[in-house]
Amino acid sequence: MTTDSFMAVGSDYAGKVDETFWILVIISGLITALVASLIAGFSLRYRRGSNAWRGPFPERVSRDVEIGWTVATLFLFLFIFWWAASNQLAALDVPGNALEIHVVAKQWMWRVQQPGGAREINEIHVPEKVPVRLVMTSEDVIHDLFLPTMRLKQDVLPGRYTFLWFTAIKTGVFHLTCAEYCGTDHSVMAGRLVVMTASDYARWSSAQPEADNLARQGEALFYSLGCSGCHAPTSSVHAPDLHGVYGRAVHLSDGRVVTADEAYLRDSILLPLKDIVVGFAPIMPSFQGVVTEDELVKLIAYLKSLSTSPTLPSTAIEGGRAGTGVKQ
Amino acid sequence: MTDAVIGDVAAETPPPSYLGAGHTLLSWLTTTDHKRIAILYAISITFFFFIGGIAIALVRLELMTPQGLFLTSDAYNRLFSLHGIIMVWFFLVPSIPATMGNFLLPLMIGANDVAFPRLNLLSWYLYVLGAAFTIYTLISGGVDTGWTFYAPFSTNYATGYVIAAAAGVFVVGFSSIATGVNFIATAHMLRAPGMTWFRLPLFVWAMYTVSLVMVLATPVLAMSLLLVVVERGFGLPIFDATRGGDPILFQHLFWFYSHPAVYIMILPAMGVVSEVIPCFARRTIFGYTFMVYALIAIAVISFMVWGHHMFVAGQSPLANLVFSFLSFIVAVPSAIKVFNWTATLHRGQITFEAPMLYALGFVGLFTIGGLTGLFLASVPIDIHATDSYFVIAHFHFVMVGGTVSAYMAGLHFWWPKITGRMYSEAWARFAAITTFLGFNATFMPQFVMGWNGMPRRYHHYPDIFQAWHVMSSVGALILAVAYVLPLVYFGWSLLYGRRAPANPWNATGLEWQTSSPPPKENFHRIPRIHAGPYRYHASDRLPMADDRTPVRPQGETP
Amino acid sequence: MSDAAALREPWPDLQRQREGVTVGIWLFIASEVLFFGALFLGYTVYRTLYPEAFRIAAAETNVLYGSVNLLLLLTSSAAMTIAVDASQQEKRRTTLVCLGLTMLLGTGFLLVKGLEYSDDIAKGLFPGPHFPLQPPQTQLFWAFYWVMTGVHAIHLATGIGVVGVFAFILWRRLLPLGSPAIVGVATYWHFVDTVWIILFPLLYLVDRS
Repeated sequence: MTTDSFMAVGSDYAGKVDETFWILVIISGLITALVASLIAGFSLRYRRGSNAWRGPFPERVSRDVEIGWTVATLFLFLFIFWWAASNQLAALDVPGNALEIHVVAKQWMWRVQQPGGAREINEIHVPEKVPVRLVMTSEDVIHDLFLPTMRLKQDVLPGRYTFLWFTAIKTGVFHLTCAEYCGTDHSVMAGRLVVMTASDYARWSSAQPEADNLARQGEALFYSLGCSGCHAPTSSVHAPDLHGVYGRAVHLSDGRVVTADEAYLRDSILLPLKDIVVGFAPIMPSFQGVVTEDELVKLIAYLKSLSTSPTLPSTAIEGGRAGTGVKQ
Repeated sequence: MTDAVIGDVAAETPPPSYLGAGHTLLSWLTTTDHKRIAILYAISITFFFFIGGIAIALVRLELMTPQGLFLTSDAYNRLFSLHGIIMVWFFLVPSIPATMGNFLLPLMIGANDVAFPRLNLLSWYLYVLGAAFTIYTLISGGVDTGWTFYAPFSTNYATGYVIAAAAGVFVVGFSSIATGVNFIATAHMLRAPGMTWFRLPLFVWAMYTVSLVMVLATPVLAMSLLLVVVERGFGLPIFDATRGGDPILFQHLFWFYSHPAVYIMILPAMGVVSEVIPCFARRTIFGYTFMVYALIAIAVISFMVWGHHMFVAGQSPLANLVFSFLSFIVAVPSAIKVFNWTATLHRGQITFEAPMLYALGFVGLFTIGGLTGLFLASVPIDIHATDSYFVIAHFHFVMVGGTVSAYMAGLHFWWPKITGRMYSEAWARFAAITTFLGFNATFMPQFVMGWNGMPRRYHHYPDIFQAWHVMSSVGALILAVAYVLPLVYFGWSLLYGRRAPANPWNATGLEWQTSSPPPKENFHRIPRIHAGPYRYHASDRLPMADDRTPVRPQGETP
Repeated sequence: MSDAAALREPWPDLQRQREGVTVGIWLFIASEVLFFGALFLGYTVYRTLYPEAFRIAAAETNVLYGSVNLLLLLTSSAAMTIAVDASQQEKRRTTLVCLGLTMLLGTGFLLVKGLEYSDDIAKGLFPGPHFPLQPPQTQLFWAFYWVMTGVHAIHLATGIGVVGVFAFILWRRLLPLGSPAIVGVATYWHFVDTVWIILFPLLYLVDRS
């Protein structure tokens, strides 16, 4: 492990963060030097018994000086805020073509699921120059995935998905670790971020044992868990058709309209009575305790594939887009 | 500054000092004299300072090597947790308010005691009860949640004595609230005639504003810990994600208190420094009015920034933006105070006794601590630096470099008044300088390793950080020596120190118009006030008195 | 017994002391508002997230018990107000009787609450593995029910104790009727009543018009 595996500039964003950091270091250094030299200077010049001139200080000058440095400080701090905030805002938009990797944290390890089906423990392989979006959850307590070379970290929570995205610009092996205290082995819950060239990554990915992609595994679960029993349009049970549900606006029975993102899909499986789609009865059973985090990842991948794949999976429902299911 | 009211003390036997009035242990344990209660607190918090110090000494020793030396990870985790809990709630929060605030507030405003003397004693007993829970936790094996008690770790996964630890903090919180209520009522209702708000010493303003924060913020901590206890103890879902609960709700409730808490820790320190610097620079404080408004602004805005502890917790980007903005705003009044303290030196007649050395050290270290706060207020910087040693260095700069330095400054400044003895100036200066050097040696390396990726609360750590950890641990050893030294020379002064005159520093302020130590009854006749504080200028016609002041202070032995 | 006996150090006069007690007790009430406020915030967050579950859960509360308790506390506050008034008019018997009535009504509240709690437990309404309602978030409502009413009951019991001690002190003439302390006692009592006034609709009137 080298310093480089912690502090290499892993992405353009990381470079910007470093830039902000050093500017702040310079500004802070100057202010500290100013205060220190004033204190030292005054202490020397105005030590008791020195012959410096000590006449009275006019009240009006005093007040002007006060207002002056208050305003100057305010403007400086607002400038720093604006500088940092614009970096923050610029980093918020996730590119649409991001590669999605699922991460499940538990005491005290990281389980990683690649979209191609590969599974890793305490390691994340990613291609360089491709946006990568990590979709993360915890099985137990709050953890935090820290990628120092990306200058990023994000708390990983139980019962929710949180996200991190980056575009790596150099290959190499970098540090990955937990940064939210999580118990006994918190300090050894570390691993590696392995950045490869796109072609190396493709080769690596297909060489992994679980070559079947997440969506296909999810489809199998969709049937084996009985979801199709209600959600197929041929079912006698009136349940929303899940074609194209991912990313769509969903109208709920209490009048709200929400977007069907990963969190919505996850909640629909685990807490089905939380948000009832308008026009449907609240009869879906909860799969809490029945389906594991890993299986949830696969189911959600399958549901996403129902929106994006141009051809429907082999046993999927034909047609049925109009009329049934999610109303616009 | 006041009428010559205090020469009431005739040639007959002067009243005994507050120390002499009643010699039994019972007289101390049932006292309602604010001065004695201050001593009770001082002994208690000093005891806990060293317990918390021993805990972190063991931690810093363990961190000399990347794989540890003699502790299991569980033991390590319990040690840093205990260090945090003890230092925050059993040392820092009560430190200046419960000792110097209690002792000086009535004296500075011309009152004979605080508004509710029996409530004052009760507040100390609440501290002791909370301390008992904490000692029980310690003896039973400790708690390993960190001082932050995050759910669901604290509610469902922590081994260790979470409930006992939470109970200790819950109870000591009410000690805080009681003190706060007392101080606010005292400041409002018991100022001597002529002591208008804008004639109050800044220390009094600091006690007043910190009390507002204590009264309003601490109850939220109490409730957040109560909820952790009911979830852990009774299985009631509050933060339990499997039943729809939200662990982040805990964080919001916890930090809603714990951010103002850090201002509870710094406002009194600012108050002390504002008393010490004018005295030893022989100049009135620069910009008194701005200093008052700065204290008020800090107290108010401190309630609006808690989310900056949660930038990576999973709150929305909008929340991050708002909290970041407000965090920059709250830094402005603090900056003004730094400039004003510095400007107070201008055209002064400066001497460098120990209180002044500590106070000047405070200004420098607080400046660095505050500036690094700006780093952390910037969201992209914080995303990288949070939960790393950068944060640890930041808050130790403000709380230790800041508050503890100011506590030491105040302790040395008012030691003659409180105990009636002088301490050894040479040793005190040596300790002050050693503190400053040891402190920087301990915590500067932590900024570097924090930014370079060293996470906090880590028992084992990557090899590349060892050099920095060793530097920090050696610095901690120096700091430890600097903190033990005062025990020695203060102890010596109690037994053999030269008897202190009423006003050894020729300071202004009503507390210096009584004998050292003061009599049990502060003022035979409540004084009438004619002017504001810090009348140090030659034009103020304050007699630059030596030991033999023309007016004999109240209670002084002839 | 003269009013001077009520004067305490360091107060210069009784009027100022009375004002001081008022300031002090209101500051304490402010801290209590934040204490309960944190609880109300949690309740509000979860009710906003899970309105349906809260509706289902709250339907199991016993609005009769709740309303009886509301009445008991409102009446007790009236009794306390009369006691304060009487004390300022040197009406000793009225003061003591009304303080006693306050305690009685407060104790009545606790008894009714006890009955209600045992009913709730008999229906299994304590969150845990055998909780009778679905979905799981109904347990959140009931968790808040137990914590909110429990914390309130502890405050009420403390209040009854304080009123009792104070009534005893007045009865034994250890303090004069004009003692400033009654301001503090009464204000605290009214606060505990007010908390129930807020709790009542939150717990008993969810979707019950």
